[in-house]
Amino acid sequence: MAKYNSNNMSAVIVENIIKKYRVEKTEVTALKGVSFEVAKGELFGIVGPDGAGKTSLFRVLTTLLLAESGNATIEGHDVVKDYKIIRKKLGYMPGRFSLYQDLTVEENLTFFATIFNTSIEENYDLIKDIYQQIEPFKDRRAGKLSGGMKQKLALCCALIHKPSVLLLDEPTTGVDAVSRKEFWDMLQRLKLQGITILVSTPYMDEASMCDRVALLQEGKILAIDKPAQINQQFQDPLWAVQASNMYALLKVMKQWEAVASCYSFGEYYHVVMKSENAGASAINEYLVERQFQEIEVKKIDANIEDSFMALMNTAHE
Amino acid sequence: MNKENVIVVNGLTKSFGDFVAVDHISFEVSKGEIFGFLGANGAGKTTAMRMLCGLSTPTSGKAMVAGFDVFREAEKIKQNIGYMSQKFSLYEDLTIKENIQFYGGIYGLTKKQIQEKTDYLVAHLHLQNHQNSLVKSLPLGWKQKLAFSVAIVHDPAIVFLDEPTGGVDPVTRREFWELIYDASERGITVFVTTHYMDEAEYCHRVSIMVDGRIEALDTPKGLKKTYDSVSMDEVFLKLARKAVRGE
Amino acid sequence: MKQFFAFIKKEFFHIWRDKRTLFILLGMPITQIIIFGFALTNEVKNSKMAILDLSKDASSKQLIQKMSIGKYFDATSVLYNYQEVEPIFKKGKIKMVLIIPQQFANDLQHGNQAHIQLICDGSDPNVANTLSTYATAIIKDFQSQLVKEQKLPYRIETDIRMLYNPELKGAYSFVPGVMALILMLTCAMMTSIAIVKEKEMGTMEIILVSPLKPFGVVIAKAIPYMLLSMVNVITILLLSVYVLDVPIRGNLILLLSEGLLFTITSLALGLLISSITDSQQVAMLISLMGLFLPTTVFSGYMFPIENMPIPLQVMSNMVPAKWFYFIVKTIMIKGLGFQYVWKETCILIGMTVVLFGLSIKNFKTRLS
Repeated sequence: MAKYNSNNMSAVIVENIIKKYRVEKTEVTALKGVSFEVAKGELFGIVGPDGAGKTSLFRVLTTLLLAESGNATIEGHDVVKDYKIIRKKLGYMPGRFSLYQDLTVEENLTFFATIFNTSIEENYDLIKDIYQQIEPFKDRRAGKLSGGMKQKLALCCALIHKPSVLLLDEPTTGVDAVSRKEFWDMLQRLKLQGITILVSTPYMDEASMCDRVALLQEGKILAIDKPAQINQQFQDPLWAVQASNMYALLKVMKQWEAVASCYSFGEYYHVVMKSENAGASAINEYLVERQFQEIEVKKIDANIEDSFMALMNTAHE
Repeated sequence: MNKENVIVVNGLTKSFGDFVAVDHISFEVSKGEIFGFLGANGAGKTTAMRMLCGLSTPTSGKAMVAGFDVFREAEKIKQNIGYMSQKFSLYEDLTIKENIQFYGGIYGLTKKQIQEKTDYLVAHLHLQNHQNSLVKSLPLGWKQKLAFSVAIVHDPAIVFLDEPTGGVDPVTRREFWELIYDASERGITVFVTTHYMDEAEYCHRVSIMVDGRIEALDTPKGLKKTYDSVSMDEVFLKLARKAVRGE
Repeated sequence: MKQFFAFIKKEFFHIWRDKRTLFILLGMPITQIIIFGFALTNEVKNSKMAILDLSKDASSKQLIQKMSIGKYFDATSVLYNYQEVEPIFKKGKIKMVLIIPQQFANDLQHGNQAHIQLICDGSDPNVANTLSTYATAIIKDFQSQLVKEQKLPYRIETDIRMLYNPELKGAYSFVPGVMALILMLTCAMMTSIAIVKEKEMGTMEIILVSPLKPFGVVIAKAIPYMLLSMVNVITILLLSVYVLDVPIRGNLILLLSEGLLFTITSLALGLLISSITDSQQVAMLISLMGLFLPTTVFSGYMFPIENMPIPLQVMSNMVPAKWFYFIVKTIMIKGLGFQYVWKETCILIGMTVVLFGLSIKNFKTRLS
């Protein structure tokens, strides 16, 4: 009882979860001891590439998979013992929007409302915002919707029973930038209703939309914090470098022994030097010597992708 | 520099009944260019790309790909292009070596060429210890890099990449783009779609499709200037929001 | 309960919207009955026959007339000597030659043995066999008529009478067999595919996470196929009565109840298949290899089980269709009551219980 009270503010608690599965004859460890807590009403992001273990983690939390070891609770209920209670409280949107392709928008929604013992009318105010955008197509079969609309419908279906915790597994994968942006706006509004949201994404730039994020790579958490906080932990000076011939520039930078790392970011390369003494002028000089033109070097703050890659490299060492 | 055009598209249109999926698009892509082909879901990207690959016959307009007409010489086009997408790339239940041999075989490389290519690719991608493992045992990023290398195993004039880096980790994603640059330097034209807007910046030129039409086409720099934006992300959002098509 | 019905309704939507599959499901019994009933019957009708009548007397003419009057033979050619026999077979149109020796009537009347020669095209042994049997039967009949007319005593008559199927109709044995096959396919295969499809589409994940009882889900998925199967049973019965002229001799209610029982057996099999597979392809293959094949081979309607080696005969006991086939044959064709099929019914019920138990045990409330 004491334990429950101490975690009263946490909607989700994950403690040292290890999950293994077998591919052919080899054993793969999808989650290598993952721990974190999500506060009530928080928008928490799990950011990591494919294969990082996002889906395994979500399936453990949704009670669909049993972990080899570790504990997890959702609103104080154990995912193994109390799975029946959890299944009533949870809104879940699996990766690849799981809808009935041959049912219409409205039929899908009605169906999911009924199996969760409710009706569209009962919780309409919660989904109204989102549903209105797809309502003009309510007689269209789900299979004929575009990615963005499928995503909205799937979200409506996951919300229809007014869950207190919402788990969204890669809701924005394969969806275009406009729909992605709209989707995150929707999540922000849902957050205002007090719903705890746990969302996973392979797109690093989406991390900034979350209250806090866990960076996940190869089954391990690299960092958990507010996005800004994570970026502040990026200690080394970071330089954005640009020149007229970008590919030649990349080759040169990669061969230069003074460079610790060089990654392309849009129109710039983000460069970390091995020595803190080597700054903008040193880079500029080096490039001028090598006949580069239109050289631009400026100091910048790290973004989440810089941090992720830096953490990835540290983890590998 | 010789501005030889390998893709010339003029008024290319594809309609399905009343629905005009691709509406009179025109553009040229030169040899060795990395051409970004962006658009929201449902804007008509996939349909346009299928026509250029010789997989679907246009309703009207003209298009020459690698010097061949999309109406009359679809088969020749297929021999001169490479194709790779996030969804379909390699056979998961074949080994790395078998995949390379298979694709080399269907593009008519000789035994000797296939052997050379296999050795080169395995060394180039640092797969020496894995060449006899099944593709499905590889991490996604490696698969995608291998898939790209296999797509250009026959040195095609153009390679079409349909969202090649979806879900790949940030480091591998950049390594993937280095492969693209490398191919481009060797004179292979790269025609690529992506949802990562930072990748749009890596392209020499970018076109943005909205409602079946090409709404903008320029270098990333030029586009940012025209649309008064700091990033391609912003350019894309400004343009794609104009879409009226009910998806 | 409301949730349960919502699920069944959704299942009907799936079935209704996949018109092609629905068409196949409902059309299958019709085509099967027609194919088995007409094309594949053992009956040989209107076979072309040549006649070499060396006797040319009243009795021989009578016999020839009797042979060609029935529906089995058409006398299309007349031969004049033995040399013509082989060439006419080589032409390929003639299936049998009837040779009546000289002095046929004379031999008959004086009680001597009269010989009749039947030459059949043995390249198709089945047809040849059937034809010679038919012809022998007709000749015997002819003989017995003669005997009656002359009122000669002390003659032994051979009376072959077919019990239950006096006209030797081929369709009789096919109807129960087709019924077993169709029920197996619609119920077991379609149910397993429908459940596995939810796994493939990922919707199973949401369903599992919902408060719906997992086993309720499975039952709800099965019910529409059960109804569909009952429609098929009725189609088959209607077709057999009105198209194939195969009457239902026994109790219709009993027959339908047994049909329902077998439907549930198939359903349990389908559930078991779905609980061990994750892809529609595999579910389909298992259903075809594991159900379709044993049903056709071991139920006894295509190949007589008595002729099989002992191990196979033992194996056939494990095939539910075998028992169902026996039950339907007994009720529908022999017209016998429940007291003659209760043992087989008990075996089916036992199998159903075991299969259901296994699939419940295998059903997962989680993904793995």
